[in-house]
Amino acid sequence: MTVQIKTIDLEPKRHTFGHIARRLGGDKPATRYQEATLDLQATDNFHYKPLWEPEYWHYDTRKTAVVMEDWYKPLDPRQFYYATYNISRANANQAVERNFTFVEERDLLGKLDAALKAKLISGLLPIRHLHWGSNMNMAEACQRGYGTAVTAPCIFSAGDHLGMAQIVSRIGLLLDEQTGAALDTAKDAWMNDPAWQGVRRLIEDTFVERDWFHLYVAQTLGVNAVLLDLVYKHADAAWGPAAVPVAMLTEFMADWRAEEGKWSDAVVKTVAAESEANKALISGWAKTWIDRAEAAARPLATALLGDAAAATAAADAARTRARSLGLSL
Amino acid sequence: MAQIASITLLHNDDARPIIEAILADNPGVRVLNMPGAVKLDRDDELVINRASVEERLGRSWEPQEIQLVLISMAGNLDEDDDHFTLSWKH
Amino acid sequence: MAPKKLGLKQRYAHMTRGLDWETSYQPMDAVYPFDSFEGIKIKDWSAWEDPFRLTMDAYWKFQGEKERKLYAVLDAFAQNNGQTGISDARYANVLKLFLTGVSPLEYQAHRGFAFAGRHLRGVGPRVACQMQSLDELRHVQTQIHTISHYNKYFDGISEFRHMHDRVWYLSVPKSFFDDARSAGPFEYMIAIGFAFEYVLTNLLFVPFMSGAAYNGDMSTVTFGFSAQSDESRHMTLGIEVIKFLLEQHPDNLPIVQKWVDKWFWRGHRVLGLVAMMMDYMLPKPVMSWKEAWEIYFTEAGGSLFTDLARYGLKVPKYADVATAEAEHISHQNWAIFYQYTHAAGFHTWMPDKAHLDWLSEKYPNTFDKYYRPRWEMWAEMEKQGKRFYNNALPQLCQTCQIPMGYTEPGDPTTIAFRCSEVDGETYHFCSDGCKDIFDGEPEKYAQSWLPVHQIFQGNCGGATVPDVLNWYRMNVGADNMDYVGSPDEKLWNEWHAGKVRDAV
Repeated sequence: MTVQIKTIDLEPKRHTFGHIARRLGGDKPATRYQEATLDLQATDNFHYKPLWEPEYWHYDTRKTAVVMEDWYKPLDPRQFYYATYNISRANANQAVERNFTFVEERDLLGKLDAALKAKLISGLLPIRHLHWGSNMNMAEACQRGYGTAVTAPCIFSAGDHLGMAQIVSRIGLLLDEQTGAALDTAKDAWMNDPAWQGVRRLIEDTFVERDWFHLYVAQTLGVNAVLLDLVYKHADAAWGPAAVPVAMLTEFMADWRAEEGKWSDAVVKTVAAESEANKALISGWAKTWIDRAEAAARPLATALLGDAAAATAAADAARTRARSLGLSL
Repeated sequence: MAQIASITLLHNDDARPIIEAILADNPGVRVLNMPGAVKLDRDDELVINRASVEERLGRSWEPQEIQLVLISMAGNLDEDDDHFTLSWKH
Repeated sequence: MAPKKLGLKQRYAHMTRGLDWETSYQPMDAVYPFDSFEGIKIKDWSAWEDPFRLTMDAYWKFQGEKERKLYAVLDAFAQNNGQTGISDARYANVLKLFLTGVSPLEYQAHRGFAFAGRHLRGVGPRVACQMQSLDELRHVQTQIHTISHYNKYFDGISEFRHMHDRVWYLSVPKSFFDDARSAGPFEYMIAIGFAFEYVLTNLLFVPFMSGAAYNGDMSTVTFGFSAQSDESRHMTLGIEVIKFLLEQHPDNLPIVQKWVDKWFWRGHRVLGLVAMMMDYMLPKPVMSWKEAWEIYFTEAGGSLFTDLARYGLKVPKYADVATAEAEHISHQNWAIFYQYTHAAGFHTWMPDKAHLDWLSEKYPNTFDKYYRPRWEMWAEMEKQGKRFYNNALPQLCQTCQIPMGYTEPGDPTTIAFRCSEVDGETYHFCSDGCKDIFDGEPEKYAQSWLPVHQIFQGNCGGATVPDVLNWYRMNVGADNMDYVGSPDEKLWNEWHAGKVRDAV
């Protein structure tokens, strides 16, 4: 018995969902990104005000001062949905594994002299805590934000920061022969070393910001563009003979910054372009947090490199970037 | 009444060595076959040993890999390098 | 002597727990403003145990691999027109109910776990919650991608997002999750992490997805079982949460018990929809709701609550009532949807003789006595051209929002009514369980967006049924009404006739 079905019988009745077709301006085939994203969050007829914040619904456009006519304008240029996000990160992580194996087999960190090891421990490893704080902020932007187009990539970003914190932790375990002692020392530096206190104060101040888009700007233009870029982009000279292994072990971060920056830039640019009022608010937030991040970066840059020039360079790059997004600083 | 420790796995090639290891290492285990899935129940405790799975699989195997074929479970989980145990014992 | 290397557990602790710190530039209570108002007392967050020690690299690796496998199946299913190989087009109706009723809850869970993953003060649960937030996003997106292919051929799927926020019976699952989302983070964890994920989701995903496999829907069973592998991680989080809260302080017990009672009953009511899917909507049934209840609640829940008794936690209040209802609930729900088929976004039908016999066999105590005669009468009325419709708008339970069609415990011929009076208003309930929940937080449940009230208040598109259906974006004559005579049936018969013709 053969079973054959004539092609004509299988002409689809429709190509996509109603809400997607209305977005596309007609019933046409939609991408998986579109079907997984557009109008996914509920918008109407909620039942109960949250006990923890009864002034808002759990999804509420008033949780930020910026106003969008449509929160599905700031799309993700990477078109990530869960599957493409995870597969992309799983692939990137294979390179991480290869790099760790390479460094470990040659003992490139273990054979460094004690002074340089100590510098990596106090100068590089504490950044894992900044990633963890960044993870908290992106989880906050996800839970508090409005519209899946922005909020879904925020939880991806939160996952990325946790992953990066764990990559830095693994560097620590290479430095101390897997005892965890280096991570304890690094945490002490994060908590007490004057070089890190400006950074820690800044990230703790972001934790209490309840305007989610303000927080998003502080995180992406302040923390990412100034502080992470200082450490991963402008501090090579601090690591001396360890610069190459450090660059290998933090390759994920370099690639991630370039990739995630495209998304966060697109979001900021789109929301700022919506209105003069949005542009003014976002410009003010960007200026505040880039300035604060520069001030926080200066003692760290001085401890790592001898002077604060790298902090200024990172902050200036962040300002240039912000201006390119249409902000006036 | 006995407390039942239970695990439900996909009924496919990847899960087969794990299912066989469970059957070999857990006397009295009861099997419920469902379309696409198999549920394995045992009073009080059910253990998956890394060594038993590796013996059947012919390669090294991490207990965490069970996530790829796991559907459901019941019991308090204890997982380390060598075993994955579901138990109601304290 | 070489320094001691870290074991797996300590290594994981360093990779996660060690990341967190006690803030000093901002007070901890300002950083975590939402985790104290519920009255839960935590003495030591570090006592939290991480059962699955998954770092992000392992998470990406396993999840990426699962997704590659799943999407390969989805692509193959679409290329091979797998929708033509299901047991019967009636089967597609479970997917309609699933996508309109369940998938949006996965999205809610994603955002809810992001909330818990930011605002619980302990780092261990926070990491677990964030991974669950990611997983839940996976579930809603894979469900949409799976059912997207069915949407191309079958009606009742296309407006799932619009309908979820509006259609009368979809306010049942929606209000369930809105209830959890509007609760504090600890109640959310007990509601969704424990009561739903640990005690109840097996009922949804295991026998039901096995049913999808049995009915030829390889794409749905693949996402279902693949999702359920994440669910096992979620279950361990749920059980860890409850043990942790009970171990931390004896004052937590009465609060947790109240939540367990409430969320067990809330979940039981929502799952009544699944009961109907399993008993009536799978053309080839695999397991009755009653059997599933015995395996997954009576047996598995029994083991669990025996274990938790050492903390003083009791079996949820009205568990006995729910178990008794397992004999009735699928039948009573199917009766409701059959009567209101003109206002439902999926098709209904009276079971054929073989299916009736299966139900008689599976429900020897109740089916022949209470339900079979009604189905046979309704089938007879259909034959005579007098198909029974209920044209009155039903009274809804203020808590679960299901039409008041359930019967008294122990008396399956009398409809149960309960009520409470608050500030001069009378509120109505389907059961003691729903009344207790209301009485515990009347200020919350008085807010319910009850679809029938909203229709009468003029908030749903107009005063007539066609106005309301239009507001639902229901494609009348295609999305609603009986399967027999539907465009779905016509299409299926065309495919099937083609197959038969070519086979001859």
